[in-house]
Amino acid sequence: MEHVEQLPTVETAKKLGILPEEFEQIKQILGRTPNFTELSIFSVMWSEHCSYKNSIVWLKTLPRDSDRMLAKAGEENAGLVDIGDGLACSFKIESHNHPSALEPYQGAATGVGGINRDIFTMGARPIAQLNSLRFGDPKLAKTKWLVKGVVKGIGDYGNAFGIPTVGGEVFFDECYNTNPLVNAFSAGIVEAGKVAKAISYGVGNPVFIVGSATGKDGIGGASFASEDISEKSTEKLPAVQVGDPFMEKLLLEATLEIIETGYVVGIQDMGAAGIICSTSEMSAKGEHGMIIDLDKVPTRQTNMKGWEILLSESQERMLVVVEKGKEDDIKQIFDKWDLHCAQIGEVVEGGSLHFFQHGELIADVPAHDLVLGGGAPQYRREYREPAYYQEFKKFDLNSVSDVKGEEIGKVAKHLLSHPNIASKKWVYEQYDSTVGTANRTTNRPSDAGVVRIRDVKRPHYQKSIAMTVDCNARYVNADPFIGAQIAVAEAARNLVCTGAEPLAVTNNLNFGNPYVPEVYWQFVNAVQGMGKACLKFNTPVTGGNVSFYNQSSDDGPVFPTPTIGMIGLIEKPENQTSLDFKNEGDLICLVGQSQNDIASSEYLYSYRGVKASPAPAFDLDEEYSLQVAINQLIEKQLVKSVHDVSDGGLFVTLAESALPNGVGFDVATMEGYRKDAFLFGESQSRVVVSVSPDKQAEFQKVLGGELKTVHALLGKVTSGGFVVDGQEVISTAEAKDLYDNSLGRLMS
Amino acid sequence: MKFGVVVFPGSNCDDDTVYTLRVNLGQEVVKLWHKDHDLQGCDFVILPGGFSYGDYLRTGAIARFSPIMNEVIAHANRGGYVMGICNGFQIVAEAGLVPGVLLRNSSQRYICRNIYLNPQSKSTILTGGLDRSAYKIPIAHGDGRYFADEDTLKSLNDNDQVLFRYCDENGLITEAANPNGSLENIAGVTNAGKNVFGMMPHPERASDPALGNADGRFILEQLLAVTA
Repeated sequence: MEHVEQLPTVETAKKLGILPEEFEQIKQILGRTPNFTELSIFSVMWSEHCSYKNSIVWLKTLPRDSDRMLAKAGEENAGLVDIGDGLACSFKIESHNHPSALEPYQGAATGVGGINRDIFTMGARPIAQLNSLRFGDPKLAKTKWLVKGVVKGIGDYGNAFGIPTVGGEVFFDECYNTNPLVNAFSAGIVEAGKVAKAISYGVGNPVFIVGSATGKDGIGGASFASEDISEKSTEKLPAVQVGDPFMEKLLLEATLEIIETGYVVGIQDMGAAGIICSTSEMSAKGEHGMIIDLDKVPTRQTNMKGWEILLSESQERMLVVVEKGKEDDIKQIFDKWDLHCAQIGEVVEGGSLHFFQHGELIADVPAHDLVLGGGAPQYRREYREPAYYQEFKKFDLNSVSDVKGEEIGKVAKHLLSHPNIASKKWVYEQYDSTVGTANRTTNRPSDAGVVRIRDVKRPHYQKSIAMTVDCNARYVNADPFIGAQIAVAEAARNLVCTGAEPLAVTNNLNFGNPYVPEVYWQFVNAVQGMGKACLKFNTPVTGGNVSFYNQSSDDGPVFPTPTIGMIGLIEKPENQTSLDFKNEGDLICLVGQSQNDIASSEYLYSYRGVKASPAPAFDLDEEYSLQVAINQLIEKQLVKSVHDVSDGGLFVTLAESALPNGVGFDVATMEGYRKDAFLFGESQSRVVVSVSPDKQAEFQKVLGGELKTVHALLGKVTSGGFVVDGQEVISTAEAKDLYDNSLGRLMS
Repeated sequence: MKFGVVVFPGSNCDDDTVYTLRVNLGQEVVKLWHKDHDLQGCDFVILPGGFSYGDYLRTGAIARFSPIMNEVIAHANRGGYVMGICNGFQIVAEAGLVPGVLLRNSSQRYICRNIYLNPQSKSTILTGGLDRSAYKIPIAHGDGRYFADEDTLKSLNDNDQVLFRYCDENGLITEAANPNGSLENIAGVTNAGKNVFGMMPHPERASDPALGNADGRFILEQLLAVTA
């Protein structure tokens, strides 16, 4: 131990983000005052980002099990779901919000890199990526800079890495002006018996660091993600990592090859908090220690300090523990791929991590005490209902006049060209969606992404994974408990409408500062709502990520945004259902109950300018019944298209079904509803289907029988023009132009 | 016939190409590693899409100097068949096996979407037998704008060396149907010997009925007419 060094004080601890009581706790754990290196270790491992200290108590209340779960939340780098035939799907979502706010290109790129490593470190080959993005007012120059940077970052990294991006969402609201949200999702497939674990054991087993060299980039990134964004944040630019997708691609191939040898004891990617995080988490889980010589870590710069090497978040690195005697087998594989592979230490008895540099022991810390589920602190924060919550509930429908006559066309045009509704083509065409020859939605647009499991060893294999990311944060803001239920329900609905059985959830909980009681109230209620809905749909939460401190001094907290990533299984290819109207003369039916409700709709918010209203009408049991009914219709092959009613309401749903094939529709509104509510309201649990006239009788028999599902015939598919109550609201060509090109025009 | 698919570090369509040739077209196919010096007796070499060596310098600029490329170039010079798709096209262009270069897309953005191809040359094995006016095939590239100087362009046209031009769904070659600003809507070309093919669009991504579009299979099946 370097006793010449001045030992840190509680003041130093504070500067590193450690609370005085945490500093005391560290002294007790070590039985002495930590040196600066050790204190730095605790500061990152006990940061919000690594320890989930302000969220874990609530996260544990979420449903985590079903008979398909092979790894429960927190057990591995990502969730693992049994899909039959000896295969498992590993999937996860993760945020890179704070880096993207400062350096959108690298922030988003490394977010994509990080989430893919979480998947392939388990031995799973990634098959698809999705992303969920939130930006501020799209008219602001800063927002455009962020959008372009983030999209290019995701594209350049994901495209080179070579895994298709098959879905996602983009939403704009001024609450995200300072704090954009960048959530990246990845899913992979692994043979169930070949899953690699993030564990370390076996005294004498060598510890390798593989992949890129370690540099000074991203030092303290985990701590940086654990505080509010301020003007000073731009001084933290070195805390943003730099990505190299080429290196990641090589690392993917080499990693899968070494796992295939069977000689790997444990492996974990290096994400937040770098070497210290991987060594401590793997050791704590395996109940062993490690001796690590930091001089052996390949570095990009000379004279890096011990704590810099330990905390560096340089990308495209893995920590691997290998069976003793198999060192050469592993090295050969990394040589083949021209990657660094350096033995930096070995597994030892006891639970401590001993780090040496220049022959001296510079840190000696117990692994268990550093990690979540071990000694890392867990807090129950104070929470308080914010004043706006009750205010929003006072919204009176009668204070808004209904639309009539030509105004319907005006609202239609407003919505179809609104960046939250219009096609995100300008964004997703910058992502490679067809690499992998597995995307089954390229030529069949649908509510969720669908990727077939393609394996040269299993030619013509039939099963596909459907996946979606969803969260209407405006609803969650209006009512976190209901809004989070809707996010889960919408994700499940998107899968069901595509013909899939929902299986499991990964969540990305994006919130403001947890020390603000009103923000924490949003968090607590959202988690509870999410738990309730996940239980109902039998979709356990397999893991995910919490991102607090999405808050700035100017703009306050972002909308509470608990993004739901959900996967589902399509066993029979013929059940995959697309959203586009196919043939002129097909009947258009609305399945589900309409409501006199415009609360929190895009129409109310941006057309009428009313920002204070509750979440839209929603009943969890009704939603569940609706999804059962849709599933029945698909199983019985009674519907030619299925598309759920979501943002923008029924009219937008009809438009989105008509546009892919350039057709039109002729529909009538129903008696007893305001026109705006019927056409543009966003009350939940409604789905638009098209039915061939010769299937009408059977269709009605199925819904009218035991299911007793509310449904109505709205009209029929036509050759062109969007007609409501006998009036053409907009031509198909104009609608297509507005819908397809509005976002691109806004960004140019 | 035996196909070889070259794997450079950073190739990411190698497995797609292998799967398509083996499973969808029922062909014998092996992977050829970039460090190797042997084509393993392959009759037809395919350079797949991806970002070879990261493409940090210029697309295809490093790959052309890899050991396997010496063999590929020798194979081509002997009259052997070689096809470069996407990044593979960029590599054969860099290696001088086909005329012209691929520049940054005119939009300055990466583009991934379905486009339509109109087959042009009547004198190549790849396109001579294609009888439809429009084939729906995906593109996915940032640097796909075909360019050649006037003399080269003239000789390409005079010698029937243009394989495909971008067109609309009815086969009309229009400016609006050109996704990346390529000269004269050129999407693919062949060399004077008509044994080396380069094209930006990905027929292997549209060769399986499971994907809802098998137009690419018609194109790849033309290659099977070659007898070893």
